[in-house]
Amino acid sequence: MKKLLAMVLTVVMAVSVFAGCQPAANNAADANTLKIGMTGPLTGGAAVYGTAVEAGMKIAVAEINAAAEKNGGLKIEFKSQDDEHDNEKATNAYNALKDWGMQIFAGAVTTGPCLAIAPSTVSDNMFMMTPSGSSDKIALTGNNIFQMCFTDPNQGSSAAQLVFDKKLGEKIGVIYDNSDDYSKGLLNGFKTKATELGMTIVEETSFTADNKSDLSTQVNQCKDAGCDFIFLPIYATEASQILTYANKIGYAPKFFGCDGMDGVLTIDGFDAKLAEGLMLMTPFNPDAAESKAFVDQYKAMMNDTVPNQFAADGYDVIYSIYNACVALSINGETPADEVCAKLVDYFKTYKFDGLTGSGMTWDANGMISKIPAAVVIADGKYQAL
Amino acid sequence: MQLIQYLINGISIGSVYAIIALGYTMVYGIAKMLNFAHGDIIMVGAYVSFCITSYLGLPAVASIVVAMAVCMLLGIFIEGLAYRPLRGTPSLTVLITAIGVSYFLQNAAQLIWGTAPKNFTSVVTMEPLHLFDGQLVITGEVILTVIVSAAVMIGLTLFTSKCKMGKAMRAVSEDRDAAQLMGINVNLTISTTFAIGSALAAVAGVLLCSTVPTLQPTTGSMPGIRAFTAAVIGGIGSIPGAMLGGIVLGVIETFSKKYISTDFSDAIVFAVLILILLVKPAGLLGKQTQEKV
Repeated sequence: MKKLLAMVLTVVMAVSVFAGCQPAANNAADANTLKIGMTGPLTGGAAVYGTAVEAGMKIAVAEINAAAEKNGGLKIEFKSQDDEHDNEKATNAYNALKDWGMQIFAGAVTTGPCLAIAPSTVSDNMFMMTPSGSSDKIALTGNNIFQMCFTDPNQGSSAAQLVFDKKLGEKIGVIYDNSDDYSKGLLNGFKTKATELGMTIVEETSFTADNKSDLSTQVNQCKDAGCDFIFLPIYATEASQILTYANKIGYAPKFFGCDGMDGVLTIDGFDAKLAEGLMLMTPFNPDAAESKAFVDQYKAMMNDTVPNQFAADGYDVIYSIYNACVALSINGETPADEVCAKLVDYFKTYKFDGLTGSGMTWDANGMISKIPAAVVIADGKYQAL
Repeated sequence: MQLIQYLINGISIGSVYAIIALGYTMVYGIAKMLNFAHGDIIMVGAYVSFCITSYLGLPAVASIVVAMAVCMLLGIFIEGLAYRPLRGTPSLTVLITAIGVSYFLQNAAQLIWGTAPKNFTSVVTMEPLHLFDGQLVITGEVILTVIVSAAVMIGLTLFTSKCKMGKAMRAVSEDRDAAQLMGINVNLTISTTFAIGSALAAVAGVLLCSTVPTLQPTTGSMPGIRAFTAAVIGGIGSIPGAMLGGIVLGVIETFSKKYISTDFSDAIVFAVLILILLVKPAGLLGKQTQEKV
């Protein structure tokens, strides 16, 4: 019996040696299909961002493939991999995509995995464009790396400028997430600019990923300091807690958030009245006329959820890459390093119009330059500030 | 006045910890196992309540009753499926199974309800009390959680001391084999313990999410760990200890956030845990038991 089992196991082992060979046959490059890969948190705590980006990208891919005839028949084969917002899994996911024959990497979604993958893309000469990884460190890792979203310090500093220009607050309070690079990057940009402009931050308080389940102390601290304006460089989930609690205790300063605040209105069960008057910086307005076609497709795909900025960024990433590839006559047979060299060169002078802005350009580091737009929530909708 | 305001906030979150800790302590006291999935049952309870009020439009009270029933069944089911076959195995095995159940529940919740956070509408409709010209604000949630956790504590104490089932529980806790010899149905007793613990978890979930509105599949895990800490501070296995531990923990957490640092509040809370365990290894109200070797 044992011998038989050993035999069977040996056969299984021997067969498994060849298992790796099989996919290679499927990976043969086809001149008419460009292989674009993406990694992001499709499950886990940050899945809301990963799934939004993935859906935005899929919509763009479907549109492009349906109209491929116009562009010489160049189609996109798109593959997404889950990284669960985990650095190690992100690297594995990236390697899996490379084995699949990816030519262009359109990821990752969150900053940590972006930073984990970035060095590999540099050594592989793989063109990388992250839809939403916003730390300035990402683009600075190598000149093959580009960003579709604002870098955090830039966004923080334009927020401060806006507060100053529009005279939004005298006594400024800040509640930020001290365990999150995104939040700290925004805060640093905001503080630097605010000091430069002579604004006073009277209360600066924080939480961490582990103790954010109760934010009442932080709100009370701002209240005690007499803040009439609170800058929230944090994500919508925590912000909704702050808004709810402030409302409960009858404290009503002006609240101002950044792009992570986008999506606050779509939180299931959230009373949109609490967000009335909330200001936020977001390059994407789902209520704008030019976004309508995208919003409709997204809703059909995602159970009627209104797309947030992440989805729009994903959509723009695919289009910006595809349009550049068409212009450069890159096709499915162009090796990844050649694609990278051509695209990097092209993006230096590239001007792209998308859902998240028109006339976007990239600087030599790969950081984007687009007009920061701020909106205020009125009657449950975004209105230009 | 500020100090009192923070004290009240501390008691508020502390009472939530207390009610979760009561569930932990009860299961530990009787079944002698750490049910790390307790925090996730809280999350399930909150989701059930959320679905009933938001999607079916039923009143909050009905949602709590249904959530309790669902969690009770879930608790019995988990105990029967995952823990009962392991009775008699080393406690480490059960502990690891409990962690597995916890992950299972979190991921199942992710499949059923999705990963996007939901905003739980508070079940309390009472207007907050503004005292001393609004210097002191007491929300309805604070009052409700304090009352409910005190009532649960008293109820559980009475139940375990007076009721027949409660006495059986204490007997099982003291010596499982001897209890069986005395004709006590150990399996039924432990199942009942899980049923009560899980029903309490549903109540805790609703109160937790009324205080802190964000509801997502990981909602129960951090408060669950805090509550476990609270149960240990108070003396795990002791019902009044869980209540005391919860409130002590909530107040320490809030005060350290206010007066020391918002970032280090966890470090301070757990440092206090270590200190208490060094001075009183059985916890504040725990029984010192002597092991005869």
